[in-house]
Amino acid sequence: MADLLLELFSEEIPARMQKRASEDLKKLVTDGLVEAGLTYESAGAFVTPRRLALSVVGLTDRSPDLREERKGPRVDAPEKAIEGFCRGAGVSRDQLDVRDEKKGQVYFALIEKPGRAAADIIAEVVPNVVRNFPWPKSMRWGSGQLRWVRPLHSILCILHDAEGAEVVPFDVDGIAAGNTTRGHRFHAPDVIKVNSFDDYAGKLAAAHVVLDSASRADTIWNDATNGAFAQGLDVVEDKGLLAEVSGLVEWPVVLMGDIAEDFLGLPPEVLQTSMKEHQKFFSVRNPKTDRIEKFVTVANRETADNGVTILAGNQKVLFARLSDAKFFWENDLRIAETGGLQWVEKLQNVTFHNKLGSQADRIERIAALAREIAPVVGADADEAEEAARFAKADLSSEMVYEFPELQGLMGRYYAAAAGKPDAVAAAAQEHYSPLGPSDDVPSAPVSVAVALADKIDTLTGFWAIDEKPTGSKDPFALRRAALGVIRLVLENGVRVNASDWFSKGYKGVDVADLLSFFHDRLKVYLRDQGISHDVIDACLAMPNNDDFTLLVKRAEALQGFVKSEDGTNLLQGYKRANNILSQAEAKDGVEYSYGADVKYADSDEERALFAALDTTEGAITPAMEAEDFGAAMTAMASLRGPIDGFFEAVQVNADSEVVRRNRLNLLSRIRTVMGQVADFSKIEG
Amino acid sequence: MSVVEKSKPRSFQEIILRLQAYWAAKGCAVVQPYDMEVGAGTFHPATTLRSLGSNPWAAAYVQPSRRPTDGRYGENPNRLQHYYQYQVLIKPSPPDLQELYLGSLEAIGVDMDLHDIRFVEDDWESPTLGAWGLGWEVWCDGMEVSQFTYFQQVGGHDCKPVSGELTYGLERLAMYILGVDHVMDMPYNDPDALIPLSYGDVFKQTEQEYSRWNFDIADTDMLLKHFEDAEAECQRILDAPADDPKTGRRIIMAHPAYDQCIKASHLFNLLDARGVISVTERQAYIGRVRALAKACADAFVQTEAGGAAA
Repeated sequence: MADLLLELFSEEIPARMQKRASEDLKKLVTDGLVEAGLTYESAGAFVTPRRLALSVVGLTDRSPDLREERKGPRVDAPEKAIEGFCRGAGVSRDQLDVRDEKKGQVYFALIEKPGRAAADIIAEVVPNVVRNFPWPKSMRWGSGQLRWVRPLHSILCILHDAEGAEVVPFDVDGIAAGNTTRGHRFHAPDVIKVNSFDDYAGKLAAAHVVLDSASRADTIWNDATNGAFAQGLDVVEDKGLLAEVSGLVEWPVVLMGDIAEDFLGLPPEVLQTSMKEHQKFFSVRNPKTDRIEKFVTVANRETADNGVTILAGNQKVLFARLSDAKFFWENDLRIAETGGLQWVEKLQNVTFHNKLGSQADRIERIAALAREIAPVVGADADEAEEAARFAKADLSSEMVYEFPELQGLMGRYYAAAAGKPDAVAAAAQEHYSPLGPSDDVPSAPVSVAVALADKIDTLTGFWAIDEKPTGSKDPFALRRAALGVIRLVLENGVRVNASDWFSKGYKGVDVADLLSFFHDRLKVYLRDQGISHDVIDACLAMPNNDDFTLLVKRAEALQGFVKSEDGTNLLQGYKRANNILSQAEAKDGVEYSYGADVKYADSDEERALFAALDTTEGAITPAMEAEDFGAAMTAMASLRGPIDGFFEAVQVNADSEVVRRNRLNLLSRIRTVMGQVADFSKIEG
Repeated sequence: MSVVEKSKPRSFQEIILRLQAYWAAKGCAVVQPYDMEVGAGTFHPATTLRSLGSNPWAAAYVQPSRRPTDGRYGENPNRLQHYYQYQVLIKPSPPDLQELYLGSLEAIGVDMDLHDIRFVEDDWESPTLGAWGLGWEVWCDGMEVSQFTYFQQVGGHDCKPVSGELTYGLERLAMYILGVDHVMDMPYNDPDALIPLSYGDVFKQTEQEYSRWNFDIADTDMLLKHFEDAEAECQRILDAPADDPKTGRRIIMAHPAYDQCIKASHLFNLLDARGVISVTERQAYIGRVRALAKACADAFVQTEAGGAAA
């Protein structure tokens, strides 16, 4: 048994690719070793900006010998068949055995595959992994053909045990495996010779390289939060940034600096975005003022002046960056304070889509639609229109040009600066929501109106020009927009026939087709809420299926009902009745839908069903008018006993044609009465 | 590294001179700026065209670059519509290019023991040149001081061998080294010279003039016409038969055609600064320039300098 240590030493690996690369290295190498017949106890992968490393502990010395006996053709088989068999088995003709079998003499080959030394297997597996490594993006360099994420400089590959360490000899595109690496680029650039994993990790630590990315992240987070705590401040948590920053350094040194007084008046989101996006700084908040007042940067080294020069440099860069941000903010505020009209005018020159006109055209449509929607969602129509007209203004602002991710948020600040009502300012930010399935849905009426108008304009527009999503392609995010409309309607309990809105959107839209797209999205949405597709279909078949709130209310009640014992049994009875009825209708060529008369009933069970249907109908009709699906379901449940009893005691196909037709008409009443609630014929089971 | 002068440079021009001396000593041909308006040093044919084909190449140069949308009337401490890039292109990329690069920083007075130099992922793509490469932006104490790129494709052609490209933003880098907060305050020549000149003395007025012209005055109809003329001329040049009836020689005019491509690209930037190009049109314009760049690359690889057998 021995341990394997592998290190691939390269120029700086992009931070975002590091974690995945270390996992891939571990999986690909260990899979390759196991496939070749070796086993191991454990394996661990490590990554820094300049190296991918793998330690495999307790690797077997050899793969096992393999013996396989293979039966071949008969000795009198054609020559070609025998030759083929030898080739396939990898043996020569004189190595074949001849044995007597029932059908005559048959050739046998004994294939022996001797086990191979671990080093030989590694020397085969590792170059393969290197050549075919699944980097998201890889490159060539110099005159070579090898691809790696950035130029690969050296490969360390040793097998080591108590006796010592040996280099596994192989070569990838001119890079020979060895037993050396290098330390930190600036602190310890010289060659380091290693003879085991412990030796490797220890010497790297001494050479200013922390091999484990998790401990680099811990150091950064602890040092940053401790430093902030000491001054009564909090570091704004950002896991993504922490992971990225720990992928940028081999020797993290945390430094905290000040944000110049000039910039503390900028919106905190602007400070945070600018520092994170441009500088990869953490924001440090003062809980007393709730302002972001300092930053944390992470250097990759120690210096004789304890980072004073580095911090001063970073501070200077930040000053320049924030000067830019402040320049944008002040220019934008100047325009906002005059009402922001010139932004909206500028949008006339910005094409939204060449068939759907400019952003300004779009704003006109959204404003008109927001007015229509406003009363339905409880918003003031004038306010909704005003909000719609301002909602996209920030797209022309300098800040949003620089930081597109601040769109909406800046709109809110600028609307406030323009003296717009709070509801209008909130809508500027919130009308983009919800963006994803877990994103919060706005509830302020004006925001809801503009958010709906925005999405419906997009959907009807792209529908009208026939740019619908196909398969996995949805370049205009129309599925997301439709789900957004659905969630806005449902979570705010909006009651409306959505088709009315669609027909007031972009001209020339096929409303029925768009509605069926919505129904598809709704099915996906409801399936996630545990409502099965047949229940949804049973509700979609009912009138007013473009009233999504009503639709979902019905579906939820029905889902509960069909799962109950009464529901399951009633459904059986319904199906039986419906089957008999459908067959008879097909055979007789008539529809039995009217005139069942209790006077032709000749048993108690039949009369009981008549009575039960009268009672149930009397209860369901008002319940449906009140949209009380619970009461309707309860009333329906009382049909279960009488229906079961009817089928046990009564033969529908009576000798008397009058009696038969009366019973078929009776069954039709079951269909009609239950059909007021949902189309039960769609329900499976 | 011991030959490198450790003293701090005193002016913008001294930093340029030291870079020239450093890369000359490392074997680069110090070629001069290209005599046309370009958006970046990459557009110089010593980079774009010479990164194509199999012939080895090593060149370094200063390139005045223009980005009309970055104009700030000379007010912003570090944004300019006209600025300088220092550009190095070596083909094939040498294995110690990172070390060579760090040596150049040391040569211009960056003390490697006090600063934090980092290579941060930044993949380079030029949609107008049909080019891309992988590399980093190099950070010094959090400031981007250079772009470092291994070219993979230019003008739609795979780069074989691969060129290593270094681009230094000279003003920003020099401001940092000289400890200046506003670009206009930076000493252009030696502060003790008989007539000391600041960057502002040289460029403040031109920044104002060009900012106004770029943003408000440039005649967009005329620029559009020029764009179309350059596009047509580029095509016409490339359509001319390779055999020149006058000299009897085979002369493919890749460079004159490429000049027109550069022109079209800059005209597009000017139109963009005037705000007359919409988002959708933008893509179309970029596509038109890219088509020219590709055609020029196709032509260049047919030439001797482009690696075609003579």
